[in-house]
Amino acid sequence: MTVIESPRTPARRAPRRGVNLEKWGWIYMRASGVVLVVLVFGHLFVNLMVGEGVKAIDFGFVGGKWADPFWQWWDVLMLWLALIHGANGMRTIVSDYTNPGTVQRILKGALLLSTIVLLVLGTLVVFTFDPCPAGSPAELLPSFCPAA
Amino acid sequence: MSATTTRTPIAPETPAKQKPGGTLYRGREGMWSWVLHRITGVAIFFFLLVHILDTALVRVSPEAYNAVIGTYQTPIMGLGEVALVGAIVFHAFNGLRVILVDFWSWATRNQKVLFYIVIALWVITMLGFVPRHLMNVFSH
Repeated sequence: MTVIESPRTPARRAPRRGVNLEKWGWIYMRASGVVLVVLVFGHLFVNLMVGEGVKAIDFGFVGGKWADPFWQWWDVLMLWLALIHGANGMRTIVSDYTNPGTVQRILKGALLLSTIVLLVLGTLVVFTFDPCPAGSPAELLPSFCPAA
Repeated sequence: MSATTTRTPIAPETPAKQKPGGTLYRGREGMWSWVLHRITGVAIFFFLLVHILDTALVRVSPEAYNAVIGTYQTPIMGLGEVALVGAIVFHAFNGLRVILVDFWSWATRNQKVLFYIVIALWVITMLGFVPRHLMNVFSH
């Protein structure tokens, strides 16, 4: 027989086992957000405000930055924190505006897949990048290349 | 039955300073903070997808990367970058506001004031960024 509880009965806590992933997602959004403010503002300042700004960005500019492990790790950390932060935010939006079912599964699956592909791609690009590719026109290369 | 009790009820007089929506949340600072955070977040996410792919072109060839990054240096894209930076700066400052409201009881009580501080800091930051960026974009 179903017992109807008194209206003021405190909600019973659902039986919980293992880690609460939604709680850690909530914490991740705030922790990564604080770090991203520093990383993204630094990125925007160095690439858009210093010197000629966006006009100065070309292959040689990127090659010069990634010759320094400091900027390699800055960009890779920013990539991982920002993409997971953004994909998790998009997951929240998908949950808000779709009902559980095939469409929601497809959208969340697409988010997960694109996130994994872009994290792998971006990380490989930063760490396997060759600033002085053989056979490229010297004027396109960073000044430290033997060909330049 | 007297005429007074059967008369159509008249809406109460609107207070002089009617709050938009007339509720604690709807139409107020908290709602607009949420709306703007969501819209800027989605916009930044889709830019990030494109930006990872265009940067990955450095692994293809200097020519391929320079051809694509060159399109970021046109006047129209320069204005787009103003919008992008505006979205990022709002999302950053408002995100910090959300964190303060979550963890600090003073900020929870004063979340409306904090929203206007976010707007003020956004204006100051954009005043620093936009003229310099547009000078870079529109000069040769």
